Amino acid sequence: MSLLPYLDIGLAVLIVAVAIWTIAAPDLFAAVVGYVAYGLLLAFVWIRLYAPDVALTEAAVGGGVTGVVLITAGKRLGALKNIAPEVQPGLPFKILTGVLAALVASAVCGAILMLPEPPPSLAPEAAAAASGAGAGLGNPITAVLMSYRSFDTMLEKIVLILAVIGVWSVSTDKAWGGAPPPFRQPKPYAPMVFLAQLLAPVGILIGIHIFWTGANAPGGAFQGGALLAAMWMITMMARLLEPPRVDAQWLRLALVAGPAVFLITGLTGEFVAGSFFAYPPSLAKPIILFIEAFMLLSIAAALPMLVAGPPSERPDQ
Amino acid sequence: MTPSVLAGLVGAVLVGLGLYGLILHPHPLRKLLAFNLIGSGVFLIFGIVARRGAGAGLRFDPVPQAMVITGIVVAFAASALAVALILRLSAETSRVTLDPDARKSRNGEDAK
Repeated sequence: MSLLPYLDIGLAVLIVAVAIWTIAAPDLFAAVVGYVAYGLLLAFVWIRLYAPDVALTEAAVGGGVTGVVLITAGKRLGALKNIAPEVQPGLPFKILTGVLAALVASAVCGAILMLPEPPPSLAPEAAAAASGAGAGLGNPITAVLMSYRSFDTMLEKIVLILAVIGVWSVSTDKAWGGAPPPFRQPKPYAPMVFLAQLLAPVGILIGIHIFWTGANAPGGAFQGGALLAAMWMITMMARLLEPPRVDAQWLRLALVAGPAVFLITGLTGEFVAGSFFAYPPSLAKPIILFIEAFMLLSIAAALPMLVAGPPSERPDQ
Repeated sequence: MTPSVLAGLVGAVLVGLGLYGLILHPHPLRKLLAFNLIGSGVFLIFGIVARRGAGAGLRFDPVPQAMVITGIVVAFAASALAVALILRLSAETSRVTLDPDARKSRNGEDAK
């Protein structure tokens, strides 16, 4: 009799409890802290579902970076004056919403308990992709992302850029082209500076390692890029670096490098390997690593820009 | 009960909780947080579909898992865009609310 089933049940109860906390917490900050903890707990569930790649992404992006965005946003909202008092909805409305939410949750539960047998699966196709067009990749997830569903992954990079453009375009006209406001600390704060100096070199090394190892083991450009992005954000929070101006040439090049290299390689596949987004099998692994290296760069540039927000009017320099 | 069914049920509960928070919270950032709860619940359901689709020598179906990885990144990008819009809206109207009536009454006072 193994202990694992009890751990699973304990984990499930804990996740639901933390989720209730993020909904019921008295203030925004407490809710966001709950959400970050929730993201980390969820990562454990992903490991139990044999999905270490998803676990890494969830812990880094789902919990970590989203938490930073929300905490920064909360601080910036708190700095605004004249915040209207929140109008709490009445009790009948609360009960009605609760009933609706419970109905939806039970419908989803029912659907999960009645999933078709035998389960449909694309695993054989994915395994074929890992050994065929994505030859040399030991990690089936990377094979799916970069070979079997490569067009989706390319479009997803474009979504990131569109989001950055969207965030930048809500700036005021006067602020356009400037730098986003600095991260939280108004001036360098010694423990934060120490942490950034200690953590950033190690974090950058681990980020590149996670990207490199992603061809054969859990990891890849998303997870590595998120870690590099976190290191850049830590140095910006410690005020060792300032957020760059949004009209900086190098920043824009870094943002578009990933999808651009991906698209050009995909178009080249039309002539070299016979179809759009196909790779010649003998060169598949080097080509995929080449594309992923630029995707890593784009992710590491895009995530901090999304967190930093639109350029501000405050002349900081 | 297998771990995957349990994870799926947790996903269903998270969808319900998120929906409740999304409808009831007046604060836009809290709404966003609740919306992300719904999203992660849906991702968990993808996760159990991936686990059930094990085959071809793999312990999971890599396709739904890869979709969840892209999904998490896209969800983050959308959340960051939503945060930027909420901040700009609050700076314009001086109110942290999505309620159009609150804005109308204020604009009425200001004779804008």
